[in-house]
Formats: sequence, structure tokens, C-alpha cells
Amino acid sequence: MTSGPPNALPPVARLERVSLAYGKTLALDGVTLDIPSGCMAGLIGPDGVGKSTLLSLLAGARKIQRGHISVLGGDMADAHHRRQTCPQIAYMPQGLGKNLYPTLSVFENVDFFGRLFGLDSVERTERISELLDRTGLAPFSDRPAGKLSGGMKQKLGLCCALIHDPAFLILDEPTTGVDPLSRRQFWELIDSIRRGRSGMSVLVATAYMEEAERFDWLIAMDAGKVLAAGTPADLLATTGTTNLDAAFISLLPEEERKNHVEVVIPPRHLGEHDTVAIEANHLTMRFGSFTAVDDVSFRIARGEIFGFLGSNGCGKTTTMKMLTGLLPASAGDVKLFGHPVDPNDMAVRRRVGYMSQAFSLYSELTVVQNLDLHARLFGMESESIAPRIAEVAQRFSLTDVMDALPDGLPLGIRQRLSLAVAMIHSPELLILDEPTSGVDPVARDQFWQILADLSRNDNVTIFISTHFMNEAERCDRISLMHAGRVLVSDTPGSIIERRKAGTLEDAFISYLQEAIGEPNKTAAVEPEKAQPETSFEASSKSLVGRYEGFSFRRMFAYTQRESLELSRDPIRATLATIGSVLLMFVIGYGINLDVDNLTFAVLDRDDTTVSRDYAHDIAGSRYFTEKPPVTDYRDLDRHMGNGELSMVLEFPPGFARDVARGRAVEIGAWIDGAMPMRGDTISSYLQQIHVEWLTKKARELYGDAATKGTFQVALRYRYNPDVKSLVAMAPAVIPLLLMMIPAMLTVLSIVREKELGSIINFYVTPVTRWEFLLGKQIPYVLLAMLNFFLLAAFAMFVFRVPFTGSFLALTFGAFLYVIVSTGMGLVVSSFMTSQIAAIFGTMLVTLIPSIQYSGLIDPVSSLQGAGAYIGNIYPASYFVTISRGTFSKALGFGDLTDAYLALVIAIPVLLGLGAAFLRKQAV
Amino acid sequence: MTMRLANIIQLGIKELRGLSRDSMMLFLIVYAFSVSIYTASRALPETLNHAAIAIVDEDQSPVSSRVVTAFYPPYFSAPRLISQSEMDRRMDAGADTFALDIPPDFQRDLLAGRSPTIQLNIDATRMTQAFTGGGYIQAILLGEISEFLNRYRSASNVPVELALRARYNPELSKIWFGAITNVIMSITMLSIILTGAALIREREHGTIEHLLVMPVTPFEILVSKIWSMGLVVLIASSLSLIFVVQGLLSVPINGSMPLFLVGAALDIFAMTALGIFLATRAGSMPQFGMLLILVLIPLQVLSGGVTPRESMPPIIQGIMLAAPNTHFIMLAQSILFRGSGLDVVWPQLIALLAIGAILFWLSIRSFRKFLA
Repeated sequence: MTSGPPNALPPVARLERVSLAYGKTLALDGVTLDIPSGCMAGLIGPDGVGKSTLLSLLAGARKIQRGHISVLGGDMADAHHRRQTCPQIAYMPQGLGKNLYPTLSVFENVDFFGRLFGLDSVERTERISELLDRTGLAPFSDRPAGKLSGGMKQKLGLCCALIHDPAFLILDEPTTGVDPLSRRQFWELIDSIRRGRSGMSVLVATAYMEEAERFDWLIAMDAGKVLAAGTPADLLATTGTTNLDAAFISLLPEEERKNHVEVVIPPRHLGEHDTVAIEANHLTMRFGSFTAVDDVSFRIARGEIFGFLGSNGCGKTTTMKMLTGLLPASAGDVKLFGHPVDPNDMAVRRRVGYMSQAFSLYSELTVVQNLDLHARLFGMESESIAPRIAEVAQRFSLTDVMDALPDGLPLGIRQRLSLAVAMIHSPELLILDEPTSGVDPVARDQFWQILADLSRNDNVTIFISTHFMNEAERCDRISLMHAGRVLVSDTPGSIIERRKAGTLEDAFISYLQEAIGEPNKTAAVEPEKAQPETSFEASSKSLVGRYEGFSFRRMFAYTQRESLELSRDPIRATLATIGSVLLMFVIGYGINLDVDNLTFAVLDRDDTTVSRDYAHDIAGSRYFTEKPPVTDYRDLDRHMGNGELSMVLEFPPGFARDVARGRAVEIGAWIDGAMPMRGDTISSYLQQIHVEWLTKKARELYGDAATKGTFQVALRYRYNPDVKSLVAMAPAVIPLLLMMIPAMLTVLSIVREKELGSIINFYVTPVTRWEFLLGKQIPYVLLAMLNFFLLAAFAMFVFRVPFTGSFLALTFGAFLYVIVSTGMGLVVSSFMTSQIAAIFGTMLVTLIPSIQYSGLIDPVSSLQGAGAYIGNIYPASYFVTISRGTFSKALGFGDLTDAYLALVIAIPVLLGLGAAFLRKQAV
Repeated sequence: MTMRLANIIQLGIKELRGLSRDSMMLFLIVYAFSVSIYTASRALPETLNHAAIAIVDEDQSPVSSRVVTAFYPPYFSAPRLISQSEMDRRMDAGADTFALDIPPDFQRDLLAGRSPTIQLNIDATRMTQAFTGGGYIQAILLGEISEFLNRYRSASNVPVELALRARYNPELSKIWFGAITNVIMSITMLSIILTGAALIREREHGTIEHLLVMPVTPFEILVSKIWSMGLVVLIASSLSLIFVVQGLLSVPINGSMPLFLVGAALDIFAMTALGIFLATRAGSMPQFGMLLILVLIPLQVLSGGVTPRESMPPIIQGIMLAAPNTHFIMLAQSILFRGSGLDVVWPQLIALLAIGAILFWLSIRSFRKFLA
């Protein structure tokens, strides 16, 4: 790697008094800094000091709060300049594959980025194959990104970043969590790319001081401030130290530095080897056809510190889970303290403390509440809990933060808390999965001192995994794992000796290369083969001017990616299409508005032919079913009280006599009002039957004279002559389903990107808000149209609802409507940041209004209050009109202009709101 | 055993503490049990409310104008007088539910005993109003025209009067029933989402795994989630019944509130277990969202809260007996409106308990697999 002072070119980026706060926490505090161009600059410092914030500001992914930043000669607060420069900047955010799409293949991921940057298909194919060749990913171009190892993910991330040949490359901890070999290959790759593209500036944040030593220029940061900047040699010289770890510690302010103590681990006393803490024999774990852990065996003595090294995805975490009993092994066995691991054996669990890779304590509980909860769960006596918490807090220096919430604490303290929690019940064995990832050197040393004390003084066995070589060197013994197998297991000293290597890292790399079957040089990285730089330069020129205005290519890039993701998740698409048809079947068939089979009985105190005739008329109608008569009011109360009878007719004594004499008489009808709609229907049926009976009776009593002055009412049930419920319901269920399902899918597709982090690609690429929203909307509009055709066909051919109008008019209405419903999804998504709130929110704004306010059951014109207002502006109301109109009322385009107009107006309103609330930068 | 109980209590308290810090979720819970119920219940039309009617008066006689003035709010909107040519267009556009056509020379024919015919057009795609409204309109026509014929209105004219008395809800107010149905809907939605989505989130954050290395069994985790979240929903629904349903909406509750709450607790138990079951089946949040739609819509529409159960096809009635909602709605009707006691509702309580137990068993089985 080239070293030496940076050249005299103007700086690639310049920061002046830049400050940024998240709520009350200050992440950057008045940073003023020039970053030299054309060289490899490094940003070092512990986690949580503002490194990532600084990088995201430089990439334009985050909004500037205070201060001034210029990158590539322009102001980053200026949106126009950002549009011009973004294509010149490439940004790879922190986290393995965070901005990649796990279900898309390697090729599809790079291709997506190529489209976002406006490359045409010839350029894309050419450049992708070149990049994949150079990174050694070409053989895996069809593999989904989610199934790559950590190192390969980072190489893929690099390909995506380099697809548009940037002038300024920003990498945020690209090698954290990557094994030493992949790490080395990664840097060789960066070197070769820099050789091929002279003048490219690179800015890297890293937690590995060994890597930082090889950069041209370093910036040391702590607590939102720059401690020092200069070449590595300068930093060593000013601090008078020999390595960067020590240099960094001496740069820290006095009060932080004084916490630092050199880690001293006394040698282990031999003779304690007789008791074995962990014994694993031929441990194997298979997931389907994939073998995650392959025949692993080891014995760990009590009190030993045993290190476990290897890349992400090599099987370390899986092995640890098998040790704790979280995962049952496919083959082989584990013994803890001589007993086989049994997931149901609570006694063994009490002897083990486990700290998982990610911080997994409850962020909603305070430090002391977390400690207390775990103490209780481990079944400690309640009187011994308080003293134990005090003791542990003392030991891990947590006394000052007992009432704080974990989220507000620096990572180092959080990791100490995790360890304290794992230790609360004084276990004899600690299993720690990468406990020091992202922790700064001072805190890491403190952490190791605690581990050393536990091992040497309390005879606690420690099983720990790590990526840091200096930590590995502190272990009594280490194992190196690769692809599910243990390559070597010995003391650090003898491993170095066996390989005749200078350092532990070199020894490991040599073991890894042997395992992969590669000689000293990886075939993947061959800078000699690099394409002549002219090809990059030439195409780079043609890129200028491609980023103005609305681009269909960028929009379709999102459309295509979204469609691919949808097709890779068949369950979601199936639930959306087949599920909707199923729902339509159930609802259309199940909701029957034609109320019949109503139960009734008679309380007949007259019991004459006249009263029986009346009851007979009622029993004869198709709506009512007669039950045995009731005898008195108590009987009536009982049968109506338990819902057996919906209606009881009561005839007074002397009913027939009074009718004959023309004296006023009253028949009582008791109706069950517990369900008002049914009660209404009963009373309406009864009135009709009553009128008919009266006419019949009048004719009997008075002869034809009674018909003088009568008239007929001719009932015409229009649009649905047989008054079938299905004819009324099926066309109205289509709007309900086409509202809920597309809205839910659209909301989650966007909120998911926000929650999982790939939204960053929208922030830092030239794609505009409209391109992003429309691009994501298109696949769901198409899916919803497919849904529509399925539903309409189902209504016509399975339910046999007669279709009388213009199908084209219905299709056109459906098309407008699904744009509206997906548009509603876009609006909801702009307010939500978590998927759980998005689900609940979408349910509230779609389910209730479309069932209750849209005319599905009660016509909109009859609604009252706020519901009537909602019904009048809710789009589903208008599509109900279109759907029922075309299905039952023989309507065409001309008759539905009002409804179309309402939907057409809704589209720009919703999309406009969605675009207005969507932010192009993180706040 | 005491250990188990202590764990269950501790873990449940942890869930409650967690929820108490999630202000967005608290807001949504309050909203779902207050504003949402109030608005949805107030929107429901009272029996026949503002039914849109238009009249084509081709007769222009005293009797026809008598008929026109007989329709007025709140049952009907003030009738629009339209020409015959307008009638079809207005009905096509959905502007009118009913159109009454009084033919020319109606009064002359009526008095001459020629038994003329009035045509009543009904938009039968609006079925809820079609039947009820049709009946009302016929009764009104009969009353008005007989009165015209007799020159005075007199009950003795019709020898037999039908006295309709609706029990439990004398005015057949839909608000009563709508409010309870909406409370039940909120119970269903929240019970499923609170436990289900929260479980998926815990897995995404890795905290479930963390619990499992401690001496805690899946059974204890499950029970703690069910009791804590169930308690939240139960308290929210009780408060909603007392303050929103009884208070703001002034729905009289006839029966025993404690008995109803026992039923609610059993329903919530079944629903939270269902939430966990769905969460263990869904691979990701988007899939959970889709599953939720597939489950919630039938639960909402077919449990007897929207349309009467006895009118559904027998097979649907049968299938819906497996849903806790169906039994809970029956129980709510019996207790809250008909004032029934344990002697009447015990079959529903047993059904709820049985369904809850089966769902719980399914969810614990699937939860164990989900962890493996």
C-alpha cells in the first residue's frame, strides 16, 4: 500500500463546525476537518463517537443540522449540488450487506444499482461482469445475497458501490465481522481498484487498528470530536507510542485514559485440568442439505479461557447454541460438567451464563430492572438478590447508571451490562458470542481484565468468540473454524510455531488458504487483469447529464427489483391473490342479507280458527319457521332470553269475536331487538303479511264491496330481481379486498426498507422521490389488477352474478381504484417507521372504513355523523358505485363519470401527500 | 411449581413495562377503544334512516300530493319530485334507493274502484334498505290512501291493529348493537396484534433466544405473554364498555357486567393464543400482515356481528363455530341485552374455554417448533 504524505490537491471534503444531535444526544460536536483527496483516509475511534454520522453526512444520506460541509467542491446542503455530486460518491453503510437485497441474486443486486445510476444494458453487462470477475464473485452470480458469507457480502457491497465509477468512495466499517483472510482480500481489492482508477479518494471507518496502520491519512475521533489527524507515522510520533492502539489511548482525554489498565492474565495453574467443563464429541448440525457444523469435537477444562475464531457464517454461533441447548444437535453429543445437555434440564442452565452476539437485553427496562429480572428468572432467593446486584454493579462499574435505560448508554457500558446479566447468578461457565465487537480499545481491555479475574480467581470457564487477534492471543487455547469444521485447536503460541508464521493472523490466514485450497495468492484478486482505466474514464464522462429530470429507467429499476422480491417470496404473493379469492368466497357466500329462517311461536289466548289462520299465514311465508307455542309470559321470557325465538305473536282472548264484530283489537308481536337489523327485518315482514291478511279478511267479511277504493302496489326490485344477497354483496366485496390487500403490501414494502436499512440506497443514489414511489407502486398495482381479474371472474363464473354493464368500464374503474389504494399505502408508510405500527395503522384506516362507511351494507347516504363524512370522501364508496353499476345496473363509461372523477382527483392528492412526507435524507 | 409461577409473573411484568414505554402503541390502543368505537357506532343508521326516495307524480291530484307529504325524515329523506325520464338515470347513479311512480288519473281510477297500480322501484342491490323500506312505504301508502278515502284517520277503520314491541332494545337502535360489535372487533384485533407482532419483533431483536438459555420454559414465556397482554386488552375493553359504550353512547346494559367480563377474558385468552399461533406460522412481518387480513375479515364479518348467523349457509355457520368470536357475540347479546345469567350462557363459556384450550395447545406446539 502506498504510504507517504497526501498530495497537494484541494481536499475532497471539507467540514466546518459541523454539529449533529439525535434528540438530546450530541453525536458530532463542532467538527472542522479537511479530508485530503486522492488518497486512502481512515476514520478511527470506538463505536458511538460519531464516525457513522460523519460518513452519512458526507454521503448526503443525512440532513445537515448545523455547520457547513462541502464535498467535491460543492455545498452538501444544496439539493441541486447533491443531485449533481451523488453519482460521484459511493457509500457503503455499516453492517454486513445492509444495503443489499437478500432475496436477490448477486447479479441482480449489482444490476439494480447500475439501473439506478442510469447505465444502459450494454454498459451494465460489461461492467458487472468486469466487477464480478475482479472480486471473485463471478462463480456465485446466481446465488441470493442473503446466502453469502460475510466477506462475500462486503465484496458484493463494494461492487454495488463501484458500478458507477465514483470519484469518492465512503466505506463504513467494511471489514467488521469478517474473517482475517476475507479482510486481507478486501483490502487487496481496494488497492487494485485504486491503481486502476487514479485519483479516487477513499474514506474508511474502521475498528481494526492493524488495518488503520496501512492507510495514508488518519482521523482519530472520540465523543463527537476530532482528537487528531495526520499520517499514521505522525500520530505515532506525536504520541511517542509504537502502535496505533496505544497511540489512540494516549490521545484520549485524561479522565478516560485513567480507566485504562494493561491486561494482565496470570498463567493457569496446571493440575486443574482434571475436571472438564465442556466436552463436545462429533458435534454436527444440519439445516436441510446444508451442514452448518461438521463433526466438531473439543474438551475444555474448568477455569480455561477458550477462544473461538472464524468468519461470519462459519458455524461459531451455531456451535455455541448447541452448547447451551438452544439448538438440538443433529449428531454427536455435548456434556456440560459431565452431564449431557438436555434442553429441559433447568438445573444445568443455572450453571451457565450466555451472552449473545447482538445486544439482547430489554431496552425498555432500566439497568437495575434488567439485573433484577434475570436474578429472579434464575431462581435466586429474594433476600440474596439485592446484595448480589450491588456486588455485580460494583465489579462491573455500573453503580452510576443503575436507573438508566440501556439504549442511552455507550456500547462499552452496554456490553459490560450484558456480561453482568450473564454473571448475575454466579455461573461456572460463561459462553460469550463476540462480546467485544464494536467496543473501543479502552473498554475492551477493561472487559478482558474482568474475564481474566473470573477465570483465574473464581475458576469460571470462559468460552468466547472474537474477531480480534490481540484478544485471541490472550486465550489459553483457541480453535479456528471454517465452513463448519475446526481447522486447528491449540495454544496461540504453538499455532504460530506450527505454521512458522510471524503473527497469529498470518498463521490463521495460512490455515484458511489451505482449507479453501488456494495457494498464497487468491485467484480472485489479480490487479494485472484489471481493465484498462480508459474504459472507466470514458464512460464516466458520458454519465454527466444523466441525472436531470424524471428517469423511467430509475423508476423501473425499483419496479423490477420489487417484482423480483415479490416473486422470491411466493407466500406473500400467494396470500395476496389466492387469499383474496378465498376471502371473497367466504364473505360473498357467508353474508346473507336476505334474512330468513326466523323462528317464531304463538301465545294464543284465543285459540280460534281466526287466530290460527293468522298464525298459519305467517308460518306459510318463507321467512318464518314456526316453533311449538309458548304457554305464558314466563315461558316466553325463557325462550326469547336464550335466543331460541326471534318473535312471539300474542293473540288476546276474544280475538275472533272482536274481529267479527268490527271492534278494535290488537295482536301483540314481541320481537327480539338484541340484533337490531334482524328486528327491523322481522317487523317489516310482519307488516306486509299483516296488510295482506287484512285485505283477505275484509274480502271475506264484506264481500267485493270492500275492494272499492283499493289499489295495488307493483314492486319492482330493480337490478337484482330475485333479491339475491350474492348479487348485492359480491360486487361490493371486490372494493373491500382491493383496498386492504394492496394497501397492506405497499405499506410494508416501504416501511420494511426503513426498518431494515436498505432505504439508504434511496438516500444516496440519484433516484428521486417520485421515481422511488411510483417505481415501488407499479408492481403492486399490477398485482392488484391480477387480483381484480381473479375476483371479477370468480364473481361471474362461480357465484354466477349476472354481469350486465361494460366490463371495460369496470376494469378502468378498478385500475384507477388500485392506484388509489396503493397510494393510500404510500401515504400511511410515510408516517410509520416500524412494521408493527404499520400493520396496525393500515388495519385501522382500511378495514373499518371499507366495511362500515363505504356502502357495503348500509348505503353511504344513510350514514350519520363523522361516518357519513368519511363515507363521502372514502375512495371505496366510489368503487362500490362503479362495481355495482357495471355488474347489476348495465352501466357504461358515460354513466360513471362522477365516480371516475372522484377517483381521478384522489390519485394526485394521495401521491402528492406521499411524496411530500417522504424524506430524501435521514433526519 | 412456585418457581414456574414466579417466572410467569416476572416475565409478564416485563411485558407490561415494555408496553408502557411504547407510546405509539398506547395511543393506538386508546384510539381503538374510544374514538374508533364512538365514530363507528354513531355512523350506523337508526333503523331506516334517510332512505333516499324520489316520486314521479304523474297524477298531480289531492291524493298524490298527500302521498308526497307523507315521507319525511328521519326515516326518509325529503322526497325529490322528478320526471319519469329522470328516474332511471338517478337510480343508475345510486342517487335514490326508492322511486315511486304514481300513474296519471290515479285518483279518478281509485274512486271509480278500478284498483289502479302504483309502481314502487327498489334498488335491490341495497338489500338492507330494500326490504325494510319497501314494507314501510307500503304501510304508509295504505294509511294515507285509506285516510283520504275515509276523509278522516281512524284506527277503528282497520279492525285489527298489529302492535309491534321490540324487546331488549325497544327502538331497535343500531348503536346499541354496533357499539358492542365494535368493542369485540377491537378486542380481536388487539389481542392478535399485541401478542403476535410482538413475538415476531422479539425474534427479530434476538431477545427470545436470550430468554431460552435461562431456566425458563417456552410454556412460561407463552403464558406470561398471554396473561399480561390479555390483561391490557381486558382492562381497555372494560373501561371502554363503561365510559364509551354506557357513558358516551348511553347504551343501557341489562345484564351482569362481571359475567360478561368472564366471557371477555376467555375470548381474549383464545385470541391471544391465536395471535401467537399466527406469528409462529408467518416467516416475516409482511407475511404476518397478509395472514392477519385473511383471519380478521372473516372473524369480523361472519361471526354474527354484522349480519344474523341464522341466515348464513349451514356450512359457514358450522365453520364459524370454531371461531371464538361467534360464541362471544352470542354471549354478549344474551348477557348485555337480554339480561341472561349463567344458566343461559354456560354453553358459550364452555365453548370459549374449549376453543381457547385448543388454540393454546396448538400455539405452544408450534412455538416450540418455531424456536427450534
